[in-house]
Amino acid sequence: MTLALALLIGVLFTVALYLMMRRNLVKVLIGLIILSNAINLFIFTLGRLVRGRPPLIPAGETALQPPYADPLPQALILTAIVISFGVTAFAVALMRQAYQVLGTSDLNELRDTDIQPRYHPDHYHAEDEAEGH
Amino acid sequence: MRGRSEILATAARYLMPLLIVFSVFLLLRGHNEIGGGFVGGLVASVAVVLYMIAEGVQAARDLLKIEPRLLIATGLLIALSSAVFAWVVNRPFMTGLWWKYPLPVLGKVGTPLLFDVGVYLAVMGTTLMILFTLAED
Amino acid sequence: MGDYLVLFPLIVPLFFAILSLFAWRAITWQRGLAVVGTLILFSSGIALLDVVIHEGIRTVQIGNWPPPYGISLVVDAFSAFMVVIAGGLAFLIAVFSLGSMDEARLRYGFYPLFFVLLMGVCGAFITGDIFNLYVWFEVMLMASFVLMALGGERAQLEGALKYVILNLLSSALFLSATAVLYSLTGTLNMADLSIRLRTTIAPDLVTTVAVMYLIAFSIKAAVFPLFFWLPASYHTPPVTVTALFSGLLTKVGVYALIRVFTLLFLADVAFTHTLILALGGFTMVTGVLGAAAQYDIRRLLSFHIISQIGYLLMGLGLFTQSALAATLYFMVHVIIAKAVLFLIAELLYRMGGSFDLRHLGGFYRAYPWLALGFLLPALSLAGVPPLSGFFGKLALVQAGLVEGQFVIVGVSLAVSLLTLFSMTKIWNEAFWKPASKELRSLSGSTGQRMALILPIVLMGLITLGLGLGAEPVYALAQQAAAQLLDPGAYVAAVFGGLP
Repeated sequence: MTLALALLIGVLFTVALYLMMRRNLVKVLIGLIILSNAINLFIFTLGRLVRGRPPLIPAGETALQPPYADPLPQALILTAIVISFGVTAFAVALMRQAYQVLGTSDLNELRDTDIQPRYHPDHYHAEDEAEGH
Repeated sequence: MRGRSEILATAARYLMPLLIVFSVFLLLRGHNEIGGGFVGGLVASVAVVLYMIAEGVQAARDLLKIEPRLLIATGLLIALSSAVFAWVVNRPFMTGLWWKYPLPVLGKVGTPLLFDVGVYLAVMGTTLMILFTLAED
Repeated sequence: MGDYLVLFPLIVPLFFAILSLFAWRAITWQRGLAVVGTLILFSSGIALLDVVIHEGIRTVQIGNWPPPYGISLVVDAFSAFMVVIAGGLAFLIAVFSLGSMDEARLRYGFYPLFFVLLMGVCGAFITGDIFNLYVWFEVMLMASFVLMALGGERAQLEGALKYVILNLLSSALFLSATAVLYSLTGTLNMADLSIRLRTTIAPDLVTTVAVMYLIAFSIKAAVFPLFFWLPASYHTPPVTVTALFSGLLTKVGVYALIRVFTLLFLADVAFTHTLILALGGFTMVTGVLGAAAQYDIRRLLSFHIISQIGYLLMGLGLFTQSALAATLYFMVHVIIAKAVLFLIAELLYRMGGSFDLRHLGGFYRAYPWLALGFLLPALSLAGVPPLSGFFGKLALVQAGLVEGQFVIVGVSLAVSLLTLFSMTKIWNEAFWKPASKELRSLSGSTGQRMALILPIVLMGLITLGLGLGAEPVYALAQQAAAQLLDPGAYVAAVFGGLP
């Protein structure tokens, strides 16, 4: 089981990083979402997998009997999910707004803040809008 | 925006109260069983979002009456006060304090429940604010 | 009382964020809240620092759960020191914002976000739990994302995209490293981690995790070669926001680096800290060389942020008490000097109509006082005695010489000269050169003009005071550095004397 999950995590990380290196903003966004899921699975797997032993103290006893599933990684994942939910929602809104204002979703076109500013900032050409690649 | 779907609108009208009641149920049982303020808040916002999909954003805003932003502020304030409450009785910050006598419907009452109520409101406010903003333009 | 004070850096910003949310439409109220809130934060920071200096490290267990199970808040002299600087800077920026921020941005929640950002920053400073540190980082990042995009101008959206994507990648790395660390040790409490990592069975894996943290925090701190997002985004939001970011965000990255590399990852100091030293050298050089080509003041100063981060890393890389003390001293100096330069850039823009040095000029003739206000922090940044930067660099250089690290000492001195060159460029272009067009006087009411000028005057005085009265601050930095080099005291404070 651990091996299967490890392979899955590897595949997810690969896909996520590949997508994040694409020029299209939407693909980058999907990459980010997959990345956060890959990490959640990563935390889950690193917390050791124990099947069928929830960390609940049975009636009449006072302590947990090992082996039991570690609840902490799940708490961490829950927190990470909440955070990535917020971040993803913001990223979607930002990318949408950016697409509307800048008129492109191609990262290669977004070079204006990297280079020396020109004398007249209004030099965008909406017709230069490029598809993915 | 496509036309209004009568089926969805009717279903939403019946589902909404159910979802709200369910969200409160989740909130109240959340301390020791499955549920809690976060899930409750999500379910409650789903109720409003369902209405929003059926009737439009403005209708949903009118229905909610209170701005999502104020929901967040109120929720945070309640959560913060539940955490500070422990100071009043001279215990470390955020110590969970329970009232000895369980109430009829609510069950055991204490600062963790109050905290959950705060989370419920804050989550509902945040989710609705995000979705209203995304749906609006 | 100490226990209440430990929580104040969290509760005060949260409470004022809530109040500003309630006062959403009442902009005047929000302005007042911003000034009062940051002032309270600053004073509680000072009170906290005082308690920590006299009574040692303070800890609080959230919810009364014993360590290592509950979340610990730990305030040592370093943390308290950082809270004080953050609070002080926040106060000055809040005052500046009264005159500089436009109504539209205030209506879209500038002040609530400002307080949430402060909460994240202070939370990162006082937490004693590595996952909690991640959470505070995210709180801070979320607020900074929105602040960066707030207003929705073209350049802002473009800058924000780059900033958001790179920082999310860094957070992802941070989280993965934490997951590995947890699986290695079974704990997230930093004090507990400190004990367990000393007796770990897999030292190589620990070093791998250390490098993962190094990369994650280096992206946030804008360290070579991971800084490219900073000059691509920092100049896009209003200068008030940039000044706040330059003072706080990258410094939280540096804080996290110092914290984990003095408390947790000491297994292979010869490798990790030498790596940090080398990165520090490269960061200084690339930052200052990048600045040399710039004509937009904000971009020029953004590159200088990077260059100064290199000095902070140099102290951590040398890893002696005097080097760390020098780093802490340098931290105060650079936060203040950098922020005031940005604020002056805003004034130049308001009066000269441009951020582009080629279009500015004549400020020395028209406003000699502003010129003096610029010279103080600028020369300080370059390291001219008797200003604060000189003592910071002197202490770093001395520490480097003691350790026999002549290469980094040489590099840091050369970078100082180049910094002086950059500052001279601003001086020549904006102040000395005759004006190409007529300068406007500052618009707005007397109150607004005061709000713009007062923080600059205060920060200039602080820079001067830090230089002339370096001794007490440096003594404090020494104490904080001594604490940093003694993880045992930190652990003992968290576990209440237990091993």
